[in-house]
Amino acid sequence: MENREKKVLVIGVIGADVHAVGNKILYHAFTEAGFEVVNLGVMVSQEEYIAAAIESGADAIVISSLYGQGELDCRGMREKCDEAGLKGIPLLVGGNIVIGKQKFEDVEKRFTEMGFDRAFPPGTAPETTIKALRELLHMEG
Amino acid sequence: MSQVKNVLLIDFGSTYTKLTAVDVESEKILATAAAYTTVQTDINEGLDEGLKKLREKTGDIKFDSCYACSSAAGGLRMVTSGLVPELTSEAARLASLGAGAKVVGIYSFELTEYDLEEIKEQKPDIFLLVGGTDGGNRDCIIHNAKMLASMNPEFPIIIAGNRSASATCSKILEGCEVYICPNVMPKFGVLNIEPTQKKIREIFLERIISAKGLSRAAELLSDIMMPTPSAVLSAMELLSKGTEDELGIGELLAVDVGGATTDIYSIADGMPEHMNTVYKGLPEPYAKRTVEGDIGMRYSIQGIIDAAGEEKICSLSTLPAERVKEIVSDLKSHTDKVPAGEDDLEKLDFALAASAIEEAVSRHAGTISETYTMMGQTFVQEGKNLTKVKNIVVTGGSLIHTKRTAEIASFALYSPSSPASLRPKKSDVWVDRTYILAAMGLLSVHYPKAALRIMKKELEFHGYSE
Repeated sequence: MENREKKVLVIGVIGADVHAVGNKILYHAFTEAGFEVVNLGVMVSQEEYIAAAIESGADAIVISSLYGQGELDCRGMREKCDEAGLKGIPLLVGGNIVIGKQKFEDVEKRFTEMGFDRAFPPGTAPETTIKALRELLHMEG
Repeated sequence: MSQVKNVLLIDFGSTYTKLTAVDVESEKILATAAAYTTVQTDINEGLDEGLKKLREKTGDIKFDSCYACSSAAGGLRMVTSGLVPELTSEAARLASLGAGAKVVGIYSFELTEYDLEEIKEQKPDIFLLVGGTDGGNRDCIIHNAKMLASMNPEFPIIIAGNRSASATCSKILEGCEVYICPNVMPKFGVLNIEPTQKKIREIFLERIISAKGLSRAAELLSDIMMPTPSAVLSAMELLSKGTEDELGIGELLAVDVGGATTDIYSIADGMPEHMNTVYKGLPEPYAKRTVEGDIGMRYSIQGIIDAAGEEKICSLSTLPAERVKEIVSDLKSHTDKVPAGEDDLEKLDFALAASAIEEAVSRHAGTISETYTMMGQTFVQEGKNLTKVKNIVVTGGSLIHTKRTAEIASFALYSPSSPASLRPKKSDVWVDRTYILAAMGLLSVHYPKAALRIMKKELEFHGYSE
């Protein structure tokens, strides 16, 4: 039961994106912050996040994307989670998630409409995401 | 133990009981013999018949110990249930196959009433209940334990799922024969299947043997008894890795084309070769076994034809389509027919064996696919990369009773026509002419040195395939 005291996160870089560095940093930052982290690495499909989240009883899914195609890759993720029985699981996304320079408020709005609980702009510090996770998961401190 | 000289090894097959007499000290085979398996009446009848034949060759010798494996009476039938098909269900499947079982049912997610009906009909010898990583999902495995309990199972159940649910499941299944093992997938993407496999073999030894009418032969046996595929896997691991004092032959692929099924074993790491390759899916066991139930030379002949296509069978056999149809329909009703100077049957058997190997090895080996990312070309690998494996061991009647063994074995290799399939690129071919692999697996438990030496001596080097 000792593992269950920790909240479980499933993380990874979505789509045909091979940027591995940020993913490793997040893994260490989240682990350091006391989360149990299932790291799927790079080039992760929606189905893989979902399968891992089911099996590990995950409390949240954190999606990274750096190559600009994140918006396309993330479409339908919430619906698939609902379908797979992960109703209401917090979905977070961050990185360079859209092409070109766009106002982040617009980007955030689009991702919220897609069912994401939080979207983070480029250059977000891990601490910001950790704070958001604590809020979403109703954790103390 | 130091007095032990002559060892008798028995393989109770579904059709034949095969006996191998070994002199451990001089590391050689004294004789081999075979007789029909008589599991329906008294297993000893066939065994005695075999022993008589064996003693005709060896003279009246005394055996210091005797070990046996069995795939008689349907082998070891297992049903598994896990959570996600690609994750814990797959881990359960790999665990069962590696322990030498015949997996007759695989379930994922929550079991339903209909599933229970099926399971009743499947009559498993063992049920493997898994699901959830440690600290992960508990609901599924607990639900499935409740479902199983409701059917008053008469089969033993191994619980090897989320450790925080094991005790609850065990309580739910109180009164049933239950064994608890460590989780087959303790963390995401990490396999831990050996403890479960060990338990499967123990249950096989303690429970299945007597249930299958094999116990009457037990007084002759010293102690080891395992499912035949498990013995073959042990032999292949030994041949590959060697012992403390002697090197093995290195990574290998072994192929056993039978009448009803085709078994493939790989003893190889199989991880990606290059930095630009991303591995996807569960890491597979170093010693991996798969079995294709629809690929076999006689009982499963249609499966080969479906997989390869009639055209290919015709072109490989150089026979016209009409003739192929004719022989195939004859073989379906005469499953014991073997080529005996009969030219056309020999040609067809070549085509069938080659296609069987190609299909079964393709299913066993991993695949690679190319994708283009913003960073350029990248490769995605799923399953084991066997391209660097340099040894193929072949066994099974259709391969050891033909002169074209190496040619047939070459169909296990990488083919430019299916570049995504990660099969060996070039390889030595070793032929199990004397049919000793299972026997050597049994011998390896107590006498690994002798077993390794004998295999090296007896396996016939049959050239190089590229």
